[in-house]
Amino acid sequence: MQNKTFYNEILTDHNLHPEHKHELENANFEMDGVNPSCGDEIRLKLRVDDGIITDGAYVGNGCAISQASADIMLDLIIGKTKEEAMRLSDIFLRMIKGNVTDEELEELEEASVLQDISHMPARVKCAVLGWHTMEEMFKEDKES
Amino acid sequence: MNKNPETEIKFSDKFTEEDLKIRADFPLLNKYDMAYLDNAATSQKPECVLNEEKKFYEEYNANPLRGLYNLSEMATEKYESARVTVQKFINAASEREIIFTRNASESLNLLAYSLGDLLLNEGDEIAISIMEHHSNMLPWQHAAKRKGAVLKYIECDMQGNVTEEELESVITEKTKIVAFTQISNVFGRLNDMKRLAEICHRKGAVLVADGAQSVPHIPVDVRALDVDFLAFSGHKMFAPMGIGVLYGKEEYLEKMPPFLTGGEMIDSVTREGAVYAELPHKFEAGTVNAAGAAGLAEAIRYIEKIGFDKIEERENKLTAYALWEMGKISHVKVIGSEDPDEHHGIITFTVEGVHPHDVAYILSADNIAVRAGHHCAQPLMKHLGVMSTTRASFAFYNTMEEVDRFIESLKDLRRKMGYAE
Ligand SMILES: Cc1ncc(COP(=O)(O)O)c(C=O)c1O
Repeated sequence: MQNKTFYNEILTDHNLHPEHKHELENANFEMDGVNPSCGDEIRLKLRVDDGIITDGAYVGNGCAISQASADIMLDLIIGKTKEEAMRLSDIFLRMIKGNVTDEELEELEEASVLQDISHMPARVKCAVLGWHTMEEMFKEDKES
Repeated sequence: MNKNPETEIKFSDKFTEEDLKIRADFPLLNKYDMAYLDNAATSQKPECVLNEEKKFYEEYNANPLRGLYNLSEMATEKYESARVTVQKFINAASEREIIFTRNASESLNLLAYSLGDLLLNEGDEIAISIMEHHSNMLPWQHAAKRKGAVLKYIECDMQGNVTEEELESVITEKTKIVAFTQISNVFGRLNDMKRLAEICHRKGAVLVADGAQSVPHIPVDVRALDVDFLAFSGHKMFAPMGIGVLYGKEEYLEKMPPFLTGGEMIDSVTREGAVYAELPHKFEAGTVNAAGAAGLAEAIRYIEKIGFDKIEERENKLTAYALWEMGKISHVKVIGSEDPDEHHGIITFTVEGVHPHDVAYILSADNIAVRAGHHCAQPLMKHLGVMSTTRASFAFYNTMEEVDRFIESLKDLRRKMGYAE
């Protein structure tokens, strides 16, 4: 029997003990994301001062991959500029498509544990939910 | 709480001679080392059914009901004899009452459209249960909108039980159509169609039964139940995908307008209109799925060869064992009755703290196939207060050994998700 599962410790830990799953009172960026296939939903909130993401949080519910991925993303982008966050998001989304260099993978830190999800097309939408939501949020900001 | 099956089940009889004999009929089951527990979504197909479908194309293939040559007549004969096999299987009064469709969904859409046109006027009521599959819900929502009718819901309790008072109060003299599933694809519970038909007919309503989950598992006799319509799908009863059935009482079918129009369903056409064909062809526009119908007839012969006694005995035994073992796992909560006989092979459940998609994924890593999600019953999920659930569903070809594999994987699931147990 094939017994390997994709749920390693980093993932389950972020799912069960998320650091950033809470409200954020002073947020100035906010966006909802939904993945209808799993019924995953998150509300992402960020505090951005002078182009730097100084704080971030999310609330929502859904499968472990969607929730853990959002938590891991926040770990990575808090303290970075908007542009830097968008660049990391681009790397992350390329990683999922299997198009990434080893150096880039390293930049993703813990988020790189989601690399193997590219073999599970049904779960890709879960993994990218938080990242897509962030991209949408910044894109919308640019347009307005 | 659960019935103790240990008194009845010898645990040594796993993968018995009988298991092996039955499973030898199903090519796919022998191809993979997998416990296929998603039978409520679609069943596997025995070799005889696959051969029958192939044989149609190898030996009978011509457009049925059209050609005047021998081969076309053979194709027609094959197709029409499949209809008689279906008629006898559900004990319909005449083959004119059997309409071939693609699946239960199409049968129900046909009805909502055509029966809706015949019966519904502004202010009339349609009553459906809250446990209906979207396929027996959305068509009626549309029909209600189209005809200015009111759609009412018959509620059930957390075990899927519907009380007599609820039926009597929602179904009234204003109700023209009642659509109700015979076996729920979430609870697995059998609803008493005979009793429901009595209530409907007393109040002047027509009863549409959704047999998608019942016809594959229990004997269904449309005349004994006195349902006015019955819809079901071939693919859930060991037949190919793409063939389904609508049974309807002739008195209604005669009066109903056609659903799809085009080839085959007419007697004559002029520039202004058409004279429609006799039943059942009035409702079968275009080239039909004759090979699928032949496959369905073979699936019925296969079911009859195994026998519903054997099918029910095996499915109930698997369900009882699975429910009993699941009852021992903390954090696992089964939806529906505690009585295994009220499940008809369907066990819908949740695992506390683990999202159903994660449950299904972890089971899948252990080669166990189950369904996760809302099971096309979102209003019911909401009514039960769950976002989504996981469902294991058995067919008679499943084995106790497969249940063991499922239980072993389920036991270890929370630990794999990082819970310290
Ligand atoms: C109770 C019930 N009704 C209707 C359907 C629809 O069947 P099909 O998809 O074959 O049309 C299903 C299938 O899942 C079902 O379980």
